[in-house]
Amino acid sequence: MSLALLIEQFLNGLQLGVMLFLIAAGLTLIFGVMGLINLAHGSLYMVGAFACAAVAAATGSFWLGLVASLAAAAAAGALMEVAIIRRLYARDHLDQVLATFALILIFSEGTRWLFGSFPLYLDIPPLLQGAVALPGGGQYPLYRLAIIGVGVLVAIGLYLLIGRTRLGMRIRAGESDREMIAALGIDIRSLYTIVFAFGAALAGLAGALVGALQSVQVGMGEPALILAFVVIVIGGIGSIKGALIGAILVGLVDTMGRFLLPKALALMMPATQAGPVGAALASMLIYIVMALILAFRPSGLFSARA
Amino acid sequence: MAARETTVNVLLVLLLPAVALTALFIGEAFYITLATRIAILALAAVGLNIALGLGGLVSFGHAAFFGLGGYVAGVLATHAFNMEPVALGLPGTTDMPVIWLAAILLCGLVALPIGLVSLRTSGVYFIMITLAFAQMIYYFAISWPAYGGEDGLSLSMRNGFPGLNTARPFPYFIVVFVLLLAGLFLFHRLQASRFGAALEAARQNPARLAATGISPFAIRLVAFVLSAMITGLAGALFADLNRFVSPSMLSWHMSGELIVLIILGGKSRLFGPLAGAALYVLFEYALGGLTERWQLFLGLVLLAVVFFARGGLIGLLAGRPRHG
Repeated sequence: MSLALLIEQFLNGLQLGVMLFLIAAGLTLIFGVMGLINLAHGSLYMVGAFACAAVAAATGSFWLGLVASLAAAAAAGALMEVAIIRRLYARDHLDQVLATFALILIFSEGTRWLFGSFPLYLDIPPLLQGAVALPGGGQYPLYRLAIIGVGVLVAIGLYLLIGRTRLGMRIRAGESDREMIAALGIDIRSLYTIVFAFGAALAGLAGALVGALQSVQVGMGEPALILAFVVIVIGGIGSIKGALIGAILVGLVDTMGRFLLPKALALMMPATQAGPVGAALASMLIYIVMALILAFRPSGLFSARA
Repeated sequence: MAARETTVNVLLVLLLPAVALTALFIGEAFYITLATRIAILALAAVGLNIALGLGGLVSFGHAAFFGLGGYVAGVLATHAFNMEPVALGLPGTTDMPVIWLAAILLCGLVALPIGLVSLRTSGVYFIMITLAFAQMIYYFAISWPAYGGEDGLSLSMRNGFPGLNTARPFPYFIVVFVLLLAGLFLFHRLQASRFGAALEAARQNPARLAATGISPFAIRLVAFVLSAMITGLAGALFADLNRFVSPSMLSWHMSGELIVLIILGGKSRLFGPLAGAALYVLFEYALGGLTERWQLFLGLVLLAVVFFARGGLIGLLAGRPRHG
């Protein structure tokens, strides 16, 4: 196993982690501010991917598609919040699970109705095609590096937004005491809609970016959603910092586990067995890590609401 | 009100055998299978209802137990068919009671560590962790090649029950229906027992329960394991009904469906799961016949239930629950 391969896998893990962060950031923000568990967050990710693929196919420009994905996911999120989600804040978690599960069914079938059952494909924009040389003599796709860069920018942007702006101040106030901030004359209803649409736009951005790496299809949202759940459970629900660290951890553990476990097992057992056993174990690895972390810290690494 | 709920319950219990018998006489085996499907899904939901309805534990991972039960039936039958021992020299079997016992035991053994970790948390954490554990088992089933992996496992024939020809739809329906009745009876006895009272108390006020010297954690753990065992039994029956088991039985979608069954019928009501399963399968059958996109309408119905009919079907028919 060469150094270049190891670096490549490490970067792949980082890229997966960064994508998970984009999804998990919105999810954890929505939970932190509104106390809502949103299963349909994965559907917003799917909406972003479909919007990007459709607009890119129609106009020929990936960048217009990217703008469309942000707009479509934010609009879908705002609509969802005003029509349905708003009525769920005061309900218990079971009602929230059920209603947002219903939203998944509606979004998935609705998308299938609009776009058909066949996957769409999205090309990597010409500007980002090509590869970068790695130390150790490998090549790494520029596009994946760009994704990592976008993730870092979003993380910094979020940090500044939450920590340094008036909107961020209101979001933090909403997290700690929503009655009080409403009593201080801040329109909490529109704040909720803004936060929800913002989280949706981040998920949509992730969908569009990943859409160029995989195929864009109905059902792509759920695996991403469940990984994002693992991320925010590890990081502590409501904490953006936790989401970032959890996402990188999950991305790296998952990718490196799939890469290294079969090789490690091959040292102990025959290679024909090591492959399947390693693959099976690797697919369970992040959940085992999650269970271990929870066994010691039941509310995650950086819980916002201890 | 109480009398009305009893009437509704009696009618619900009589509905399935009535459908199955009618179908038997007019020679439409399909409707017997439909009734069997309802009974199995209802039993799975009865199991979940112990955790969710009585204990207030919103497990979003019960598909894990449903699927494990199914895989027990599939794997044991495959080994019996190939005359290979399963492990440690134990032979496979096509004998239903043995399979059921194995499914119940395995699900209990798996639910114990999952419960030990998950029950340390509550609320949203619990929902997500149970979901994550179920996903873990799901991905394991997909990537483990020995039993079909992603393609699933076919049973060459339905497993047998001593003295009955289970290959025919009606005898199999009877087997399933009797188990459903047993599950409902167990749920009823549990709800009325001291354990049920403690579980209810653990949901409403854990601090007070702890003050009386009963550990809420232990009570919840027992409820969770018991609930997993019943759902696992239903999974074994489901695999036998379809003569097929695949990772889709383990998927998060299945977990969601099980919750949906309970809510459609009426949460923490004895006959809620049966009412919900009947309604769900009817939707699937009636809407699925009209349009491929029936799940879109299911989603709309679910939203309507959440916003306008929180008592579910039993709540609509029989009014508010007597207590709780």
